[in-house]
Amino acid sequence: MDLFNFQTPRSIPELIAAKNSANAWLLAGGTDLIPQLKEDRRKAETIIDVKKIAAMTNISAEQDGGLNIGAAVTATTIAQSEIVCASYPALAYSVALIGSRQVQNRASLGGNVCNAAPSADAVPALMSYGALANIEGTKGKRSLMVEEIFTGPGRTVLEQDEVLASITLPALPENTAAVYQRFTPRREMDIAVAGVSSRITLDANSKIVDAKIALASVGPTPLRAKAAEMTLIGEVPSLKLFEAAGAAAASDASPIDDTRGSADYRRHLVSVLCRRTLASATKELIQGDLP
Amino acid sequence: MSKEILACTVNGDKQSSLIDPRDTLLEFLRDRLGLTGTKEGCSNGNCGSCTVIVDGQTLCSCLMFAAEAQECEITTVEGLATVEGFHEVQDALVRHGGTQCGFCTPGVLMSAVGLFNENPNPNEDEIRLAIAGNICRCTGYEKIVKALQDVTANGEVA
Ligand SMILES: Cc1cc2nc3c(=O)[nH]c(=O)nc-3n(C[C@H](O)[C@H](O)[C@H](O)COP(=O)(O)OP(=O)(O)OC[C@H]3O[C@@H](n4cnc5c(N)ncnc54)[C@H](O)[C@@H]3O)c2cc1C
Ligand code: FES
Ligand code: FES
Repeated sequence: MDLFNFQTPRSIPELIAAKNSANAWLLAGGTDLIPQLKEDRRKAETIIDVKKIAAMTNISAEQDGGLNIGAAVTATTIAQSEIVCASYPALAYSVALIGSRQVQNRASLGGNVCNAAPSADAVPALMSYGALANIEGTKGKRSLMVEEIFTGPGRTVLEQDEVLASITLPALPENTAAVYQRFTPRREMDIAVAGVSSRITLDANSKIVDAKIALASVGPTPLRAKAAEMTLIGEVPSLKLFEAAGAAAASDASPIDDTRGSADYRRHLVSVLCRRTLASATKELIQGDLP
Repeated sequence: MSKEILACTVNGDKQSSLIDPRDTLLEFLRDRLGLTGTKEGCSNGNCGSCTVIVDGQTLCSCLMFAAEAQECEITTVEGLATVEGFHEVQDALVRHGGTQCGFCTPGVLMSAVGLFNENPNPNEDEIRLAIAGNICRCTGYEKIVKALQDVTANGEVA
C-alpha cells in the first residue's frame, strides 16, 4: 500500500472538495476498500473517512412517508431500525446477510452500492423497492434509480467529484410486500451464488398491479428481471404464475460460469428463488394457500 | 501529512501515539502497544481472530485504519480479565474446554462479549450467529457453543 493522506471532513461540501482529486477514495466501513488497498487493486493518494458527516449517518423519515438512509449508515443500524424492519423488511433482512456481525457493524449501505459488486446483497432489495440514489458533486445534486448507477463489475456512473449522499426508499402503496432470498452453500460468511428480491403490489381484487424483481450474482451488475415482471402484471397470484415468472427470470439473467457455480446452475437458482420469493411476498398479503 | 497522532482509549488507558495512516488498528494494537492477544489470521475480514470492540461494536481490527480510531474507546482481550479473575465468558470457555490451540480464542471471546452486552439471554441460534465470523480450526465449535450457553444459564455476565 502506498502512503496516502487521510482526511475526515465534517460536511458534504468539504467531502466533495476532498473527493475531487485524482485517486481519492471514500472510506465508509472499509470492508471492501481496505482489502482492495491491501492487495494493491486500488491505488489511493487520499482516503476520505465519511463517518463523521452527520447527514450521511442518519436515517430520517421523509414527509411523504418514504425513508432517507444516509450512505454511511451501517448494516447493523439498518437491521436494528424499527422503521426499516416495519416498512422495508426485505432491506433489513438483506443487510443482515452481509458477512459476519463484525462486518455488519462496519459495512455501510452506500459502500454496498458503490462497490458495485454483482453479488451485493442489499442492492436487489433496494431495486425492488424502487429506491433512489442521491448523488452530490461539485456541479450539484442528481438522483438516479439505484439500478441506473451500475455500469459493470466495480464500476458506477459516479464522477470523480461525486459521492453518494443517501438512498431514498419511496413510500409504498398499500398491499405491497417484498422478499429477498439468496443461495449460498454456507449460511453466513459467503457470497451469493444467486439472489432474488421480489416485490409485488396487489389491488383490491388481489390482482398484481406492480412487480419489481431484481437479481444478484447473475450478470455483470445487479439487474431487473423485466420479462418476469411482465408475466405477473394484471394476473392473480398462483403457483403456476410464479413458476412462469421464475422461468422468465431465468432467461432475464445473464450469468457466467465461475468457481461458485455454473451459468446453468445459476439460472436454475434464479427460477427457484424467484418462485419462492414471490410466494412468500404473497403470503404476507393474502391469507391461505396459493391456488 | 505522513504521520499523525492518534488519541484513543485502550482497555481504559488513554493512549497517544504517532501512527502511519496505513496502519490498521490491528497493527497499532499489536506492534505499537504490544497487545498481542489480538491475533492476525487472514487480514481480510474472514477469520475473526482480530476481533476487538470499538465504541461498543465488535469489528475486525484488520479492516479498520488506526487513524479511524481517533477519540474511540477500544477493548481488546487483554481488557476482559480483572484482578479478581477471568471474565465470565473466559471462565466458561475454560470450564468447557472451548479452546485448544487458542488462536481463535481472543476473537471468539470478543464476539461473545459483544453478544452478551446486547442480549443477555441468547438462544443457541443467536450464539451460533454471533460467532459465525470467528473461524476455529480445532474445537468443532460444539464446546464453544456449550460454554456460551452456560454463560446464559448462569445469567451473569460482567
Ligand atoms: C468477510 C466479508 C464478508 C462479506 N460478505 C458480504 C456479503 O455476504 N454480502 C455482501 O453484499 N457484501 C459482503 N461483503 C462486502 C462488504 O462488506 C459490503 O459490500 C459492504 O456493504 C461495503 O460497505 P463499506 O462501508 O465497508 O464500504 P467501503 O469498503 O468503505 O467502500 C466500498 C467502495 O465504495 C466506495 N464508497 C463508499 N461510500 C461511498 C459513498 N458514500 N459515495 C461514493 N463512494 C463510496 C468506496 O470508495 C469503495 O470503493 C463482505 C466483506 C467481507 C470483508
Ligand atoms: S485477521 Fe482480521 S478477520 Fe482475519
Ligand atoms: S482453538 Fe484452535 S483455532 Fe480455535
